[in-house]
Amino acid sequence: MELYSLGISELSRMLEKGEVSAGDITASVYKRIDAVEDKIKAYVTLTLADALKMAEEADRDITAGNKKILSGIPMAIKDNMCTRGILTTCSSKILKNFVPPYESTVTSKLIESGYVLSGKTNLDEFAMGSSTENSGFHTTRNPWDIKRIPGGSSGGSAAAVAADECIAALGSDTGGSIRQPAALCGVVGLKPTYGRVSRYGLVAFASSLDQIGPITKNVMDSAILMNIISGRDPMDSTSAPIDLPDFASVIGMDIKGMKIGIPEEYFLEGMDPEVEKAVKDAIKTFDSLGAMPVKVSLPHTGYAVAAYYVLATSEASSNLARYDGVKYGFRAEGRDLMDMYMRSRAQGFGAEVKRRIMLGTYTLSSGYYDAYYKKAQQVRTLIKNDFDNAFRNVDLILTPTSPTPAFKMGEKTDDPLQMYLADIFTISVNLAGVPGISIPCGFTSENLPVGLQLIGKHFDEETILKASYAYEQSTEWHKRKPNL
Amino acid sequence: MKYEAVIGLEVHAQMLTDTKIFCGCSTKFGSEPNTQTCQICIGMPGVLPVLNKKALEFAIRTGLAMNCRISAYSRFARKNYFYPDLPKGYQISQYENPICEHGYIEIVVDEEIKKIGITRIHMEEDAGKNIQEGAGNYSFVDLNRTGVPLMEIVSEPDIRSPKEAAEYMKKLRTILRYLGVCDGNMEQGSLRCDANVSIRPIGQKEYGTRAEVKNINSFKFVEKALEYEIKRQIRVIEEGGKIIQETRLWDSNKGITESMRSKEEAHDYRYFPDPDLVPITVEQKWIDEIRASLPELPDVKRGRFVSEFGLPEYDADLLTSEKAVAEWFEETVRSGGQPKAVSNWMMGDLMRLLNEENKTIEECPLKPSQLADMLKLIDKGTISGKIAKTVFDEMYKTGKDAEAIVKEKGLIQVSDEGAIEKAIDDVIAKSPKEVERFKAGDEKLLGFFVGQVMKAMKGKANPRMLNEILKKKLT
Repeated sequence: MELYSLGISELSRMLEKGEVSAGDITASVYKRIDAVEDKIKAYVTLTLADALKMAEEADRDITAGNKKILSGIPMAIKDNMCTRGILTTCSSKILKNFVPPYESTVTSKLIESGYVLSGKTNLDEFAMGSSTENSGFHTTRNPWDIKRIPGGSSGGSAAAVAADECIAALGSDTGGSIRQPAALCGVVGLKPTYGRVSRYGLVAFASSLDQIGPITKNVMDSAILMNIISGRDPMDSTSAPIDLPDFASVIGMDIKGMKIGIPEEYFLEGMDPEVEKAVKDAIKTFDSLGAMPVKVSLPHTGYAVAAYYVLATSEASSNLARYDGVKYGFRAEGRDLMDMYMRSRAQGFGAEVKRRIMLGTYTLSSGYYDAYYKKAQQVRTLIKNDFDNAFRNVDLILTPTSPTPAFKMGEKTDDPLQMYLADIFTISVNLAGVPGISIPCGFTSENLPVGLQLIGKHFDEETILKASYAYEQSTEWHKRKPNL
Repeated sequence: MKYEAVIGLEVHAQMLTDTKIFCGCSTKFGSEPNTQTCQICIGMPGVLPVLNKKALEFAIRTGLAMNCRISAYSRFARKNYFYPDLPKGYQISQYENPICEHGYIEIVVDEEIKKIGITRIHMEEDAGKNIQEGAGNYSFVDLNRTGVPLMEIVSEPDIRSPKEAAEYMKKLRTILRYLGVCDGNMEQGSLRCDANVSIRPIGQKEYGTRAEVKNINSFKFVEKALEYEIKRQIRVIEEGGKIIQETRLWDSNKGITESMRSKEEAHDYRYFPDPDLVPITVEQKWIDEIRASLPELPDVKRGRFVSEFGLPEYDADLLTSEKAVAEWFEETVRSGGQPKAVSNWMMGDLMRLLNEENKTIEECPLKPSQLADMLKLIDKGTISGKIAKTVFDEMYKTGKDAEAIVKEKGLIQVSDEGAIEKAIDDVIAKSPKEVERFKAGDEKLLGFFVGQVMKAMKGKANPRMLNEILKKKLT
């Protein structure tokens, strides 16, 4: 077994026992990157020099008896999280030369925990998209079929984990950007409760929806990373002042009697039959583990995509105003100030980002605000109420993560609406602010992974992790590797 | 036709916090450009604002002092527009739920007290500055000021004349300085004033179309700019024209207002709640604590100076216009100075000397007890009021106590009847013609005799005794 194919907990055990060094692991991961990255294109920036330095430091710590939780573990970071002194591009031409002079809170915590940065991964520009085809640089390929997309926007992180180009990764999720690519790449992706993880240093797309979370090879690793990245941050007012549990402590507990809600609205006429079958089989597995599937209703589900695209674009139109060519990032020369603004933004942003800025500018405009932004906020409240009501009767809600397996490159690029519908099952979770995970639950006849989504109550990632682990241990899906 | 003006003022006050409203950068004025900035106030990708609690406290303090209702639930909004001095492309401000609402302050106009309503007070961040330097087709940007906390204090359209507007501004400034939340310096821009002005025929209820006048950057221009704008509007109406809703800039060099942009060209700021900042919930307990810590405010102090010290309204008004002046006064009275005498000396000689050196009362070289001690010497008859002027100047110059100066310079008043009588006799003997004229009825000459005696006695004669004895001798 190659070191690069293992997860955090296995490697940590080996490091602890002195069976391997951090240097060995980093070398192994980089050997893998050298072998497959040309095909996958998961990364925007590889940070070999930094990785070697960090691995050396980890080895020093371990030798000195100071092994930290992530000592020597190479991780990939989505390129919308600021890393001090290291390019942070958001896969946008407008930030292609941007080197932050500060570190995001999550990566600061990873550094404190001894991690090794393998590189910064590709995404849809500013996290806007579901396939990485909106990257300003290149499209990442799905390791299970390189003619297909890996999902998005955290497609680079999910593909890097699936292709063993890192041990684990961080993604960000605004409308499904961790869970959908995790499902399409056959890995574990958790979007924590809004407020659980600090957003400081995460380049904002839609501030009230964005949340950082782990993308891992298994559920245990997800819990380990949650223990590191969670918690109140004085630099982020929206991070919640709530005590942290030990997320790993629930791993291995049984789930007998756990009530799992199955919302009828998430099993649509015309959804991919292989996806539907895989998810329905998973429900049976939960049943056999002693959990109790219960029908629930989330009646406002049908309005989620519309409300999301009003709110997310409104916030984005404002969040992206700072990229004006004045202070940092790309600047085009212009005749005067206005001309410089217009040329910089016209040349610096891609088509999807411009589309969303225009949509959001429109929905916030005087005279339209009430009809769009305000109405969408009301819908958001209704959707949140749907979840609150459902969670009176159940502990978790189970749905498919994505209505389809990975689609082919170019299949949806001409039809933004079709692309938006790729997130139809994940968007409500962001609107409600609740946590959700995607875990592997099967494969299609074409050997494409299928993911199932488990949604929990606010700040109850523990129940999600408990159920996910129980399911994972009773199946073999997570053990399959793509043939590269 | 007779017209009246309807004026509402929007005042921006820079708060005197040590650090900016959403980051830890210093707010110090006048540093090298871009030396007081960080990734947060520069608006780099991924950074987040965190509210400075002191700024919130200052806003609440101000709201309480201006009789506002403090909102239990308040939030920030984004005001979106592009400008190089606005690094995020939006200003964090408050829109729908300001921290303070429904207040008022009182002003005195023509000896009548008038209430001016305060619609709202909200918090926001200041923008940076564009600096034009050299002849090139470009500007520099200084972001030191970006993120300095501001309060915007919006009045009701209750103001009816430029004079009332000036009084309102003066009162606002006094209150802000009393509270220690703003230094009130219009010239340096820490207090800025925009005015909404309209006119209507006297007796008409409906408001006329208003123009907004911006860039009134000095106290002396508040009245001038408004007077000009009101006259301009009357002229337009009387010439059969219509006022258009627009923004106008006050040009202090030309003494006129000029159109900057019309309503059609006005920005659509696309306000929406800032998702990066959680709503502010203020607990009543904290509001009560802040209320309890408020200083005595100028209106109350002025009233007390009248009732407690028996000062005339005029004196009380002047002495309470600055908190430090009022405190200096009270300290002097506590040290034994008779209130009206203290007031006279402060408003007269002390202010004159301070003004000559452009000093504030905080920089005064004299201690209140020194003035009080000097006044005691006058009361005891040790020195005359006239001599006291010399003593006071010397005291101010050297910082020495009055008694020491009096001794050193031999300025003790002569109250020895014999000595005064002798001096009078000498003067009378030397001035037979004047004595004759005085006796013939030219009483104005009394001053001449007093002067001559004082001169002979080097100004040290007890004036009361001198007058008495002189009158006796001459009649």
